[in-house]
Amino acid sequence: MSELTESGPFIATQQSVTNGNPAPTLDALMGELKIKRRPGFLRRFPSGVQTFLTNGKGVAGLIILTVFVVMAALAPLLSPYDPYRRAGKPHVQPGVEHFLGTSRQGKDIFSQLLEGGRTSLTVGFIAGISATLIGLAVGISAGYFGGKVDEVLTFFVNVALVLPALPLIIVLASFVEEASPTIIGLVLAFTGWGWSARTIRTQTLSIKSREFVLAAELMGEKKWRIIVREILPNMSSFVVGGAVLATIYGILAEAALEFIGLGSPSSVTWGTMLYWAQRSQSLQTGAWWEVWPPAVAIMVTGAALVLINFGVDEITSPQLRAARLGGRIKKFLKRRGRSVDVF
Amino acid sequence: MAFLARRLGFYFAAFMVAITLNFFLPRWMPGDPTTRIFMALRGKMRPDQMEMLKKAYGYDGSLLEQYGQYLWKLLHLDFGISTVNFPEPTSSLLFYAAGWTLFLVGVATFLSFGIGLVMGIYSAWHRGGFFDSVFTPINVMMNAFTPAVVALLLWYAFALEWAVFPLGRAHDINLVPGWNWESAVSISWHAVLPVLSIVLVNFGSWHLGMRNTMINLLNEDFVVLAKAKGLSDRRVRYRYVARNAILPQITSLALSVGFVFGGAFISEVVFNYPGLGKFTLNAIESRDYTFIQAQLTLLTCSVLIANLISDVLNVIFDPRLRTSGGH
Repeated sequence: MSELTESGPFIATQQSVTNGNPAPTLDALMGELKIKRRPGFLRRFPSGVQTFLTNGKGVAGLIILTVFVVMAALAPLLSPYDPYRRAGKPHVQPGVEHFLGTSRQGKDIFSQLLEGGRTSLTVGFIAGISATLIGLAVGISAGYFGGKVDEVLTFFVNVALVLPALPLIIVLASFVEEASPTIIGLVLAFTGWGWSARTIRTQTLSIKSREFVLAAELMGEKKWRIIVREILPNMSSFVVGGAVLATIYGILAEAALEFIGLGSPSSVTWGTMLYWAQRSQSLQTGAWWEVWPPAVAIMVTGAALVLINFGVDEITSPQLRAARLGGRIKKFLKRRGRSVDVF
Repeated sequence: MAFLARRLGFYFAAFMVAITLNFFLPRWMPGDPTTRIFMALRGKMRPDQMEMLKKAYGYDGSLLEQYGQYLWKLLHLDFGISTVNFPEPTSSLLFYAAGWTLFLVGVATFLSFGIGLVMGIYSAWHRGGFFDSVFTPINVMMNAFTPAVVALLLWYAFALEWAVFPLGRAHDINLVPGWNWESAVSISWHAVLPVLSIVLVNFGSWHLGMRNTMINLLNEDFVVLAKAKGLSDRRVRYRYVARNAILPQITSLALSVGFVFGGAFISEVVFNYPGLGKFTLNAIESRDYTFIQAQLTLLTCSVLIANLISDVLNVIFDPRLRTSGGH
């Protein structure tokens, strides 16, 4: 905002010389650039959170995700039927009796959707968060302690990155005759931590060489305190971004594994719903309502997480935040007959 | 060169870890293949036949002897005999499936790379504009639409409902594939939907990657200098910015080419495509361990080779790596 205030009068003088118009006010300029003042209540949050909350995409994603999480949490209260039992005739069309119809086995789709969301979201979040925590522990230790510790840990990170994850998961999942959602989540966590470990290690290396870390070291702070109080807060957006990506990966991979039939078919998740829909040939028989609800639920959840990730990316990389305004600033300059190339 | 030598050492170590894991996995699992065959034949087997079978599968002798034998066979690309299609060697089925997968996933990977790159360059150059603010989020969201959903919907719409494309398989049943015009048409016609289902899900991440790398380069001094020199827009865009931003993308491309042999499980299942993913799934269902093992070995090798290639490309394109000897 402060830069605008400084350049305001300068643009104004140019205008008044060429057009003879009075100098535009700051509000008028901000209106033209479609910039709103940050509401007062935002000031209380840290600047990263402020950036996130002023980003439409990020907030939209957060709202959608919250709605899904609340609905999944309240599933036992909201669902009209028992999702594990037969509730009516097979393939009843959506209507008053069954809000989203019934499956081939006569189970109520709406109840299954809620219950499935409960499992799928839990597994996704647990897999994502545990993968991030493993990556965080390995990445920070490798980056901060360096030397032999770094060499050994980096070797394992590289092995985890190079070894193909999905086939490994498939083989692991096939050992256990019927993999429950929990097992799938754990397997996903143990194969998905490589990327976050690598980014966090690089980030730790660059933060480690800053003056404030040196100052803390000279003051004789304990190592774990330097890690937790000095280094960690300075890369929180990387950690959150990594966790969001890992969660997307967790939810999608779980659905994919169950869709191809490697999960336990008796559990109710979005993946197994798709598996049964494919298996009972509901698309061929015209029972679209068995496929669309879980499909849309997965798509919308994925989209919401991607939107959140856009918001987090802008905290991490200020260049992207500036790019958000790019088009408007170019138009603004063009209207005043100025070169847009410098920008 | 010291850098490449170190990487080579690492890949060899990773390879040993992978194939050792591969050796022990089936031995940890309940029941070795011979017992399974024995059970499948309902005990109509003499003990000496059983011994022969054990020998054929490399399950005789001490664990160390077995391991040595396993490495020796691997060196000769001998993946053993299929547990399910009994006397057939695993490698014939593996290489048949690998061919189809290489074609399907390879074409899809390069298409998504190309499309994503072009869109990324465009939206970075016109950042904040209409295309960027609308299509960047949409393309990346497609990434989160999971192949299962995209493949199912494509199959439903174009193969079942409107019947534009065939329901499945890699070519017409009556056709014997060969290097002629007729096969080429049939094969590409059958590949349209599977390829599309992979491309739709994948090109968004290339788009976003290229866009973000390019945006971070746009304010670098060399770009400002190029603009100040009065070079044309085109020249700055492609020769200065895109050329530098493409480096990390090429590295990732090399890596994803390595994963081609992972197969596209979902597309291959939905479109009944005879690739590695489908056969691996069949192998898992019928507990054909030799096939799973062979597939994992093939995948590990290709991923490691792709990693090595990406390292070499990096050294070629990025002179800084040549002197510093590591990162």
